[in-house]
Amino acid sequence: MYTQGLDSLGKESLHVASDDAASLEARFQAKVDADEKIEPKDWMPGAYRHTLLRQISQHAHSEIVGMLPEGNWITRAPSLKRKAVLIAKVQDEGGHGMYLYGAAETLGMSRDQMTEQLLSGAAKYSSIFNYPTPTWADIGAIGWLVDGAAIMNQIPICRCSYGPYARAMVRICREESFHQRQGFEIMMMLARGAEAQRNMAQAAFNRWWWPSLMMFGPNDAESKHTAQSMRWKIKRFTNDELRQHFVDVTVPQAEFLGLKVPDPDLKWDEAAQHYNFGAIDWSEFQNVLQGNGPCNRERLEARRRAHERGRWVRTAAMAHAAKQKQRKVGNAA
Amino acid sequence: MNENQEWPLFEVFIRSRQGLAHKHAGSIHAADASMAIEHARDVYTRRQEGVSIWVVRSSEVTASDPADAEALFEPARDKIYRHPTFYEIPDEVKNL
Repeated sequence: MYTQGLDSLGKESLHVASDDAASLEARFQAKVDADEKIEPKDWMPGAYRHTLLRQISQHAHSEIVGMLPEGNWITRAPSLKRKAVLIAKVQDEGGHGMYLYGAAETLGMSRDQMTEQLLSGAAKYSSIFNYPTPTWADIGAIGWLVDGAAIMNQIPICRCSYGPYARAMVRICREESFHQRQGFEIMMMLARGAEAQRNMAQAAFNRWWWPSLMMFGPNDAESKHTAQSMRWKIKRFTNDELRQHFVDVTVPQAEFLGLKVPDPDLKWDEAAQHYNFGAIDWSEFQNVLQGNGPCNRERLEARRRAHERGRWVRTAAMAHAAKQKQRKVGNAA
Repeated sequence: MNENQEWPLFEVFIRSRQGLAHKHAGSIHAADASMAIEHARDVYTRRQEGVSIWVVRSSEVTASDPADAEALFEPARDKIYRHPTFYEIPDEVKNL
């Protein structure tokens, strides 16, 4: 199972030349249509593998880089309880990155290759983590909005056609629910606090609202991958559907907190039973994606530094393991 | 020692509580098996998901080939007489 299984892709793939490639593809699509899962050693179209690799590895990178904006506040959390909670949350993000790298590795790319792609800037990660966290309220807003948006994106992926990705996502969604609730609780404490605290909550809300909406990706008309991904059941809902759902559930939560949504065009549409919201500034999204967000350089720098500084530890651990093995062999002889 | 050698991959199996079998939970990279157990503890049991962990080098796992699935599993399909529901027993017969 898993990576080593991909070195030898199974007999089916050896038959590709003789077998009709179109019939393999038809069989694959029939399986997907019947809601059967695709597993690592099953035959799959090259483009399916490629799409999944891109999506899962970028998802993993997002979890890893996502530890940075919050890690920033671990030493300054306002109480021991908040500190313990924040450490647990950041640990979870690290764990989620590991589940996802594991799922991506089953598609035939090594962990080192993926790390290399992240550190060289060749692979993207979620644009949201390139925004700064200047106040404690930003930690609340991240949990409530960013994790809220992430959960909304991720729940449908639990039913993704690719087994390892779907299984990783089930674990992640189960764990992520606490992330969102602790964030909302932070916002609630601030919203019920002194005026300065309420202002801090509102300012953080203003900072994170629009970037959170951008997390669902470009509008459907602009989204390159949506149609094919939906056919392959990698994706179950379009970007705009998920974004609308997020707005509809989040606005009443903001009202509960007594926070004002920073969108003058936000309006309840009684007929459609949805909120209409203002236009998203996609130039900002593109700009952050291109590497020019407020923290892009800082985030990648932090990852590169950690990777470089950890090199001797990785090497030493391998040397130790080799020595232990040698000793064992020596004792047995 | 190659400086850039990737830590090998291990498959992780977890017993969620006494009385249940170990079940595949995922995989983990580690320099050796004892480190794999420590990493598996951190990655797969942060919420009391387990009371026991097995790890095995992924390269040591031999798996059946999906292309052989039919040859391996098809022969069982038409042997429905292996199931108790195959046999028609009148309702008045009890304890059978």
